[in-house]
Amino acid sequence: MLEQTVTIVSNERDTDQYFRLVVRAPQITPLIQPGQFAHVRILPLKDALLRRPFSIFQVAGDTFSILYKNVGKGTEVLSRMRAGEELSVIAPLGHGFTVPAAGGETPLLVAGGYGMAAMFLLAQRSPQTGIVFVGGRRRVDILCEKDFAAIGWEVRVATEDGSHGEKGLVTQPLLAELKRSAVGRKLFACGPTPMLEAVGKIAEDIAVACELSMDEHMCCGVGTCLTCVIKVKAGDGWEYQRTCTEGPVFDSRSIAWEVAK
Amino acid sequence: MNLSVKIGKLTMQNPVTVASGTFGYGAEYARLIDLNQLGAVTVKGIRLNPVPGNPTPRTAEVTSGMLNAIGLQGPGVDGFIKKYWPFLRELKVPTIINIWGTTVEEYAEVARRFDALGGVGALELNVSCPNIKEGGAQFGTDPKLLAQVVAACRAATTLPLITKMSPNVPSIAPLAKAAEDAGSDALAVTNSFPAMAIDIETRRPKLANLTGGLTGPAIKPIAIKLVWEAAKAVKIPIIGMGGIQNAADAIEFMMAGATAVAVGTANFYEPQTSLFIIAGIRDYMARKQIVDVREVTSSVRV
Ligand SMILES: Cc1cc2nc3c(=O)[nH]c(=O)nc-3n(C[C@H](O)[C@H](O)[C@H](O)COP(=O)(O)OP(=O)(O)OC[C@H]3O[C@@H](n4cnc5c(N)ncnc54)[C@H](O)[C@@H]3O)c2cc1C
Ligand SMILES: Cc1cc2nc3c(=O)[nH]c(=O)nc-3n(C[C@H](O)[C@H](O)[C@H](O)COP(=O)(O)O)c2cc1C
Ligand code: FES
Repeated sequence: MLEQTVTIVSNERDTDQYFRLVVRAPQITPLIQPGQFAHVRILPLKDALLRRPFSIFQVAGDTFSILYKNVGKGTEVLSRMRAGEELSVIAPLGHGFTVPAAGGETPLLVAGGYGMAAMFLLAQRSPQTGIVFVGGRRRVDILCEKDFAAIGWEVRVATEDGSHGEKGLVTQPLLAELKRSAVGRKLFACGPTPMLEAVGKIAEDIAVACELSMDEHMCCGVGTCLTCVIKVKAGDGWEYQRTCTEGPVFDSRSIAWEVAK
Repeated sequence: MNLSVKIGKLTMQNPVTVASGTFGYGAEYARLIDLNQLGAVTVKGIRLNPVPGNPTPRTAEVTSGMLNAIGLQGPGVDGFIKKYWPFLRELKVPTIINIWGTTVEEYAEVARRFDALGGVGALELNVSCPNIKEGGAQFGTDPKLLAQVVAACRAATTLPLITKMSPNVPSIAPLAKAAEDAGSDALAVTNSFPAMAIDIETRRPKLANLTGGLTGPAIKPIAIKLVWEAAKAVKIPIIGMGGIQNAADAIEFMMAGATAVAVGTANFYEPQTSLFIIAGIRDYMARKQIVDVREVTSSVRV
């Protein structure tokens, strides 16, 4: 974990309200593990104080990138920043995905919307290729198909409006695939919380291992403020654990969904 | 140039510490800043037993500040000693432990436990947390109850006692005086301000706790006034806090009457804020030819 002022190399629109931002950060890039995030201070954002967390999307040489959606104050200002401008980042943060061992499980990745961003490094660093299931509301919410195809991964798409791939939720093609065969496979998911809960439930029903990357509001990003906690099973009960430190990636069996409500 | 200050018998090498609850237990930030440069490390509030804290969402960003209702999640005295004390004990700078309870006896018991531990710099009595049902703020708003808590802790320990004041009172002077008379060595002014924010799309409060404490630059001018009023009421030193972002803010608090300052919310977006402030205070002193930082305290011209 380092705090650094980094320079933007590029910041370009991907589809619709999604952008790809590349920064040069030579000291940070060698430390990055799949599923970790960067806590970004958007320096021109003057009327808001806090950093914003983003999954680290890709690493190339001395640069890393994030793939973000313009959803509010901070990401709006971010989307107008240009190459050469500076950001402050604290990265890499959090406990990421377990990269499958060579000859180990076949990874099945499940992503919703910008959840795809958390998945790419895992796919790239996994010794065996697998399938990535990606869902979204509309065609424009389906990100990175080409990036995954370029590293030899099969991409299966589901959109709620049927404008691309199968019509419906991403859990449908996932479930169909697991019913064909679940042996020797492991799930990794990132996306909206209801999707993560559904994937966790499928994993439990089919008895397949599963890691989930959780999305919670964060202040400090480094474990001090206790904003980002989720309920995790402990003994006969549960305890709060920090999404920024013990997470964002948790074993799906450890999450106490029932008490979380 | 002298930057060191005294809070009771506690010596700080410079007047800058961090605010309880914004710096974890120190270790979390040790990879990002050199803790040994601080005047002291102040840790998150601790009561006798572990506390799960409030449901989420626990914080919300607001204009020039944030709301929090963490609910004093913590490991309890034993958990703290086992998990966090070994690291803190090795620091070259003192640790201020923020403590609370739901009864006068609990405050005293926690104070006794930390007295017995040895090596603690000071105890900060949190009688002003707005986010818990019992304990906390009730003790900080009634001079009689406050005096009982402070006196009970005073009897339980020889460690310096810092009473952390609630801003949510019609006048801070009688409470400040009550804490001083009951044996407090210093005051911390101020804790967060009770506040609320609503999501207009869902019509739900932004915090699961419905209300929380407002902190950050939004509260600074109110906190300055509270420090100024408290300083007029007591002789004991004051640690000023509330929205400090830079050296100018820190100096303003000192001029209003603070002997030392604490950096809170600013740690979340810039973990090095306290170090920048120490450097900035030095620059200011050099520029104004001030040789002792204690000259700045209460130097406002009225
Ligand atoms: C571990 C992690 C990884 C993430 N990865 C990505 C990613 O790769 N791409 C991407 O587009 N987004 C990602 N997010 C979500 C991203 O942090 C929010 O979209 C962003 O903070 C919104 O900021 P804003 O100022 O535009 O929105 P505003 O709504 O104006 O923000 C107000 C406050 O709410 C917080 N907030 C709002 N939405 C979220 C959210 N969904 N999650 C956490 N905090 C939120 C903000 O940080 C800010 O403090 C991730 C979140 C987490 C926790
Ligand atoms: C997330 C958070 C947690 C806090 N926890 C505590 C606490 O445990 N005990 C306490 O006395 N004050 C606590 N505070 C209050 C701060 O110590 C400080 O008094 C307040 O934040 C004002 O300073 P600031 O505006 O610089 O943040 C907390 C504040 C925040 C933002
Ligand atoms: S964001 Fe502060 S503890 Fe996780």
